Formats: sequence, C-alpha cells, structure tokens
Amino acid sequence: MSTATPTAPQRRSATAAASNYIDERTSLSVFVKELGRKAFPDHWSFLLGEVALFSFVVVLITGTFLTFFFQASMAEVEYDGSYVPLKGVEMSVAMASTLDISFDIRGGLFVRQMHHWGALLFVAAIGLHMLRVFFTGAFRKPRELNWVIGFTMFILAMGEGFTGYSLPDDLLSGNGLRIIDGMIKGIPLIGTWTSFLLFGGEFPGTAIVGRLYSLHILLLPALLVALVAVHLLFVVVHKHTHYAAPGRTQQNAVGPPILPIYAAKAGGFFFIVFGVLALIASMFTINPIWNYGPYDPSPVSAGTQPDWYIGFADGALRLIPPGWEFVWLDRTWSFNILVPLIALGLFILLVVSYPFIEAFVTGDKREHHIADRPRNAPTRTAIGAAGVTFYAGLWAAASSDILATHFRLTMEGVIHALQAVVLIGPFIAYFIAKRVCLALQKKDREIVLHGYESGRIVKLPGGEFIEVHQPLDEYDRWKLVSYETNQPLMLRPNDRGKITVAQKIRAGMSRWFFEDRIAPVTKGELEASHHSSQH
Amino acid sequence: MAQDDHSGAELAAADSSHAANVPAVKTGTALIQADAFENPGFPPHRPRVTDEDPKKERRAQRTVYTLFYLSILGSVWAIAAYMLFPIESNDVGAVRLNNMFIGLGATLALLGIGFGAVHWAKALMEDVELADERHKIGGNEVARAGAVKVFQDADRESGFTRRSVIRNSLIGALVVFPLPAIVLFRGWAPQDEHPVELLSHTMWQKGTRLALDPSGAPIKAADVTIGSAFHVIPEGLNDLEHGRLEQKAKAAVLLMRLNPEDLNENVNRTSWSYNGIVAYSKICTHVGCPVALYEQHTHHLLCPCHQSQFDVADHCKVIFGPAKRPLPQLPIAVDDEGYLIAQSDFTEPVGPSFWERH
Ligand code: FES
Repeated sequence: MSTATPTAPQRRSATAAASNYIDERTSLSVFVKELGRKAFPDHWSFLLGEVALFSFVVVLITGTFLTFFFQASMAEVEYDGSYVPLKGVEMSVAMASTLDISFDIRGGLFVRQMHHWGALLFVAAIGLHMLRVFFTGAFRKPRELNWVIGFTMFILAMGEGFTGYSLPDDLLSGNGLRIIDGMIKGIPLIGTWTSFLLFGGEFPGTAIVGRLYSLHILLLPALLVALVAVHLLFVVVHKHTHYAAPGRTQQNAVGPPILPIYAAKAGGFFFIVFGVLALIASMFTINPIWNYGPYDPSPVSAGTQPDWYIGFADGALRLIPPGWEFVWLDRTWSFNILVPLIALGLFILLVVSYPFIEAFVTGDKREHHIADRPRNAPTRTAIGAAGVTFYAGLWAAASSDILATHFRLTMEGVIHALQAVVLIGPFIAYFIAKRVCLALQKKDREIVLHGYESGRIVKLPGGEFIEVHQPLDEYDRWKLVSYETNQPLMLRPNDRGKITVAQKIRAGMSRWFFEDRIAPVTKGELEASHHSSQH
Repeated sequence: MAQDDHSGAELAAADSSHAANVPAVKTGTALIQADAFENPGFPPHRPRVTDEDPKKERRAQRTVYTLFYLSILGSVWAIAAYMLFPIESNDVGAVRLNNMFIGLGATLALLGIGFGAVHWAKALMEDVELADERHKIGGNEVARAGAVKVFQDADRESGFTRRSVIRNSLIGALVVFPLPAIVLFRGWAPQDEHPVELLSHTMWQKGTRLALDPSGAPIKAADVTIGSAFHVIPEGLNDLEHGRLEQKAKAAVLLMRLNPEDLNENVNRTSWSYNGIVAYSKICTHVGCPVALYEQHTHHLLCPCHQSQFDVADHCKVIFGPAKRPLPQLPIAVDDEGYLIAQSDFTEPVGPSFWERH
C-alpha cells in the first residue's frame, strides 16, 4: 500500500486502490501493521469472555429489531391481536405490542426469544469469565483495573437484564417490580421518596416502563459499549495472559497471529454463538407472557422464578429469619431488607477489591502475564470456592419453594438448610478447596520427582514387585514446576524502627495466605531423588 | 533498590521468569528459588495430519466449503420459511411453526459459517505460532518526565496553583452547578402528592361493599360458607377511570370464613369479623406480593414470593418467613341487604414497610 507512489504508474488491483484510498485518509496501515500479526494466546478458557462479547452483540442486534415494534407505554388498551385467549383483555400498550411481536410479526417471536436467551447467556458468560480470571490470577498487575471494569459490566448486564424483564408489563414482570418497590421502600430515610419518584407516583403508576426503557435501550447499553471498548483496549495494551508452557515466559505472548488464524477462529466463533442462540430460540420457548397475562397486583403466581441472575438477590431476601424489623425513634427499620442489601453490597465490594487485597498481602509489584493453575494459589482458590458457595446458596434459596415441593421437604427445613449453606458452607468449601489444592500440588511434586505411574509392574531379581515409573521430559516437567510460592511476611521494623498497624495486618493476612504452601521441585531436589532411587 | 520482604537483602537475579522486572520492581513475599528449573524453550513443532496427508487435507477442504454451502442453504431456507409459514390469525400452532422453521434456517446459516471458519483456521491455515515480546506497561522515565513537565508548564502558564482564589471559586462553582439538575428529579412524581399520605389510605371507606375480584360483583354474607376464601376488591374499583391498578395494589383483600371457635380473636377486634368471616389485606407486609395461597385446614396464608406464612386464626400473625408484621385486618360488617361492607378503611398502612411508617 504505502509503497505505491505517484511516480510508479503500475496497474493496481481494485483492492489495492481501495486500500490506498482509505490509508491516505486514515493512516489505517499503521494499525494493520501494528496489530495484524500480533500473537494471540489460545486456550479454551479464554473463549468465555468471547462468548460474553458475542452474545452481547447478538443482544444488540436482536434488541434493535425489537425496538422497531415495541411501544413502551403503560396506557391501557383492549387487546385485539391474534392471540385469542387474551382478546378483549385490558392491558398496557407495552404488553399488547409485545404480544404483537410474538403473534403478529413473522419471525418476531424468534427474535424476541433470541434476545432473551442471548441476555441470559450474556450474564452467564460474564460470570464464568470472571471465575476464570479469578481462579487463574489473571487479575494481577497490570490487569487490576480491567477486573474492576469487567465487574462493573457484570453489574450493568444484570441491570440490563432486569430492566428488560420488566418491559413487557406482564404479570411476572410487574411482580418483579413490586418486589423492587418493596425493597426500595425498606431503605431508611430515602426509600419512600425514591420509590415514589421512580414510579412517578404510587406503584405501579404509568411511568415505570417508559423510564426503564430509556435505561434499557440508551443509558445502560451506551455504558456497556463504552466499557467493552475500554476493556478490549486494555487487552491490547496488556496483551493476553497465557498459561505456563515451555517457551512461554513473562516477557512474551505466544499464540497464533491475529491475521489470519485468530480472526478466523474468533470470527467463526461469533457465528457459532449466534447460531447456538438461534437454535435455542427456535426450539425453546422463553418468557411466554401470553400465559401470564397482563400485570395485576392481585393474582397468585406460585412457583414462578425470576431470571437466573436475579436469583441470588431474591434468595437473600428469603433466608432472613422472621421478625427482623423494628420501630425505633418513631421510624421503621426494615432489617429484613437492609441485611440482604448490605450483605450483597459487601460481597460485591469484596469481589471488586480482591486484586488490591491480594496485591497488598503479597507486596508483589511485578507484572504477571502467566496465568496460574488454580492449585498453585491454594488460598486464593479456596477463597474463590467460598465465594462461589455463598453465591450458590443464595441462588438455590431463590428456588426454595420448588426445592421443597420437588423433594417433599418442609419449607422451613429447606430454608434452615440453606441458611446453613450460606453461613457455614463457605468455610467448609474453603477448607476442602485448600486441602484439594495442596494435595494436587503434592501429587505434582511426586510426578516431577518420580515420574508418571506407567501401570507396568515388573518383578525384581529379589522377587519384589515394583511399578515402573515413566520419567517426565523437560517440557512436561516445566508445566509442573514453573510457579512461585510466597513466604509469610516477617514483621520487621521500618526505617524509623517502628512496626506500623498496616504492617501488622499485612503480616497476619500473609500468614493466613501463605502458611500452608508447597514449593515447586528444584533442580537439586530432582537430582537428589535420582541419586537416592539408584540405591 | 529492589528488596524482597523477607530479608531486606538485594534480590538474586535468578528470577529468570521475571527478568525484565528485575531489579527495579519489588517482588514482595514471593519466594524466588535460586535453584529453580529453567524454561526449556519451545518444544519441537508437531505437524497436523492435514499437513502430512494430502488426502486428509483435501477432506478438510471439502468439509469447509460444504459447511459454507450449507450456510447458504440455511439462509435460503429461512427466507422460504418466512413465506411458507405465514401466521394465520388465531392459530398458535402456526406461530410455533413459523418460529421454528425460520429459526432452524437461520441456525444453519450461522453455524455453517461459524464451524466452516473455525475448521478452516484449525485444519488448513498454516499452523503458525508467534511469540511477541511484551514490554513493561507504562511510559519510560523520559515520557513520565515529559508528562510531568507538561503539567508544570500548564500550571505555571495558567496560574492554577498560584491564583488560589480563582481556583477555589471555580471548584465551588463546579460543585454547585449540578444541584439544579438534581432538583429537577422532583418532577418525576406529581408535585402535589406526598407518598406517606398516599400509602396511608386505601379505597375502602365506611360502607364500601366487598366485591369479587375480578368481576366486581358484591358479596352476600350468606354466600360465604365455612372454609371458603374469596379474592376481594372494593366495589367500584373497576369503574375507576384512573389509578385502577394503583388502588387495587393497596385495596386487594382476602376474605375467609372460619369456624368461629377456631378464630382466636383479640378482644378489641371481635367486632371486626362477622360470623367467622374475616377480611385481611392481600398485600404482603414483606415486599408487597399478593399473599394468595390459602391452606384451608391449617388456616395459613402463604406468600409465593418469599414464603412468609400468616396464621388467619391468629390475626394473620407471621409464623414463618422474612415478613415481620401481620397482614392488616379490614373491619367488616353486613348492610341491610345482607351484603358485606367495610366498617372503615384499614387502620394502618397496608403492604411493605416504609421508613415513615410507625
Ligand atoms: S413479599 Fe411476601 S414474603 Fe416477600
């Protein structure tokens, strides 16, 4: 492109001419040259983030189609569409237009279901991606800020999900809003007015769907798109992490080039995600609002479930024991709502700040580009397992009624069991995960020192049977020895001969993190073991 | 100077895996073993079957273009399905077919491209693996010094630090200017209404007849048999021009008739029931779902949202679940024609708790 000069009147292909035209107006060639042959590390677990990104794109595309038909108005109309059982029923324009999308527009139901399934997948993929990043320590310097950005997107994605769920104004979405309204009212000082303003008067009012629609199609997606851009920009700046393997170091990024292999794989993968969502949407009904009917504050709705990602919050509400509400100073203190809100808030805060906590404990200021195997960071992995258990307990609680009826248990029994899971479960999970990690590390050491068990039994001249062990080659060995351990911090006075409180805290946490540790095999150890086995 | 957190000693340069960071960066409590294994470097490249066997390569090529052709087929199919499966009015089955066939065509179109491209990349594109050098994130010393100088120059030229009166007044103005925007949010709800006022009253008044939900037909006391339960709204609710749902969200009531001996009534509330007929707010005192599951033989009401349970025989006291307060009771009586009527509004706000409630 750039070699073509006005003095070289050779014939150029149309592509070259077009490239030239664009380049002379954009300097695009600089970017292509800079980025086109970048190595992009490859691993199945790196696909989770891609699933999130691609399902977000699908949701944007399908959502745009839906906006052409959906009308976010709560004005009352008499339904007059194709779905006979609801003919003549009073409902909001929002509900009626959603029914029209489903029953009167060809392919409308398909797009609507793809949108909903895509949204569920979007949140799920972000969650799994975050677990991958957490358990492999990919949040360490220099990627701490990208962790925070990613987490913010997780919250925004749930916000997108909830606002979207509320738009059709059917019985379930209205009930969901009812719960939100009740929760907001329970917040001290500002709750009553916040709810009043949000709903434009008394619940349910006629404003909320339109307001949520603005958030759903304008504010939240704009934020998400902007954060996605920053998130990916950081991936370019930091280069992707890779797992320990021969030849891969902290100073290189190893993988196929972006053009053509990575582009083909990722581009193809986008179509696969899109295609799988299309398949699900064509085969499985989701959110059949025509079965629920329009919102009415009075009918029963037993056994209904919120979308999966709201489950943990709903579960938290269910697990509060009776009686946690008081009148004090002539005001109502609804701890049955405040405690779940605060607990979830603290949980979120802990997750967001974990990279900074770990960095504080280790004091490690180096860049880390090699992702850990989870077993090689036992305490971190155990903390993650505890967090997952806590979340899972809350999540299961959102289905407490279904659990009870399905397994023929009492409601009380299920709730008490889940209260135990949420309060004690994390400790048990922590303990088990840590022991499993240490055991796996020990096994790795065994393998490095004595080789794989080959399964071949031989009889020694002395009549003794032994199993032949297959030694590792240096490449396989590298995967098992290339990690670092930390030693608990020793408290030492600083320059002014003082031990600060922060130092004490850090030393305590450091002991907690690194007291139990198993160091990788060293060269000397391997040699020593060879010597001893020869005798 | 680089130090670790154990001995305060200088770092050994043995940390080959972080060499670029050493010696300028702290390793914290990381334990760097002098005797660690070294990275053996890249293993020899292993060719794929398609690199070695021309037959396999041709097969892979066939697979890829077949997938792309299948994709085209899928797109054509989806277009055809759009035309062949119209949605006939009044036929839900047609909607299903339309949804399924358009969807399956689109699925084929998308998956064909997706799997084709991935297979092309994996089996046929040259199996290149590159190793890019990573550079330390962050500008070098020169760049940082340059940035510092830019800010210093800007500060000197503008007088941002020197002219502190100007600066502080600007900061003040910037803090205050968003306030009007916050005030505008008051307009989100009607100016002449007050939430606490609204939450404290419902549509029930002295003499309002209890009517069936949703038909609105008034209920005669004689029609309420022992053990039965009715979903109730105030008569006239359905005729409201405005605010029907808002009123219903507060005024919905459950009417049950128990054996009068089973009722464990408070002395000052004995006049609130009639012949074992009691009326309670249907709006859960937890966060406001309709409490509508009535278990006749235990006299328990169950809220489907978070499983709070209320004992109707005992003034709807909470017996399990996160709700705290009993469901408010609507005092009822019977008018001359035998219809059930309210004696008054509820005597306390119904529904979820709120801050100003007491
Ligand atoms: S709303 Fe009834 S238990 Fe939560």
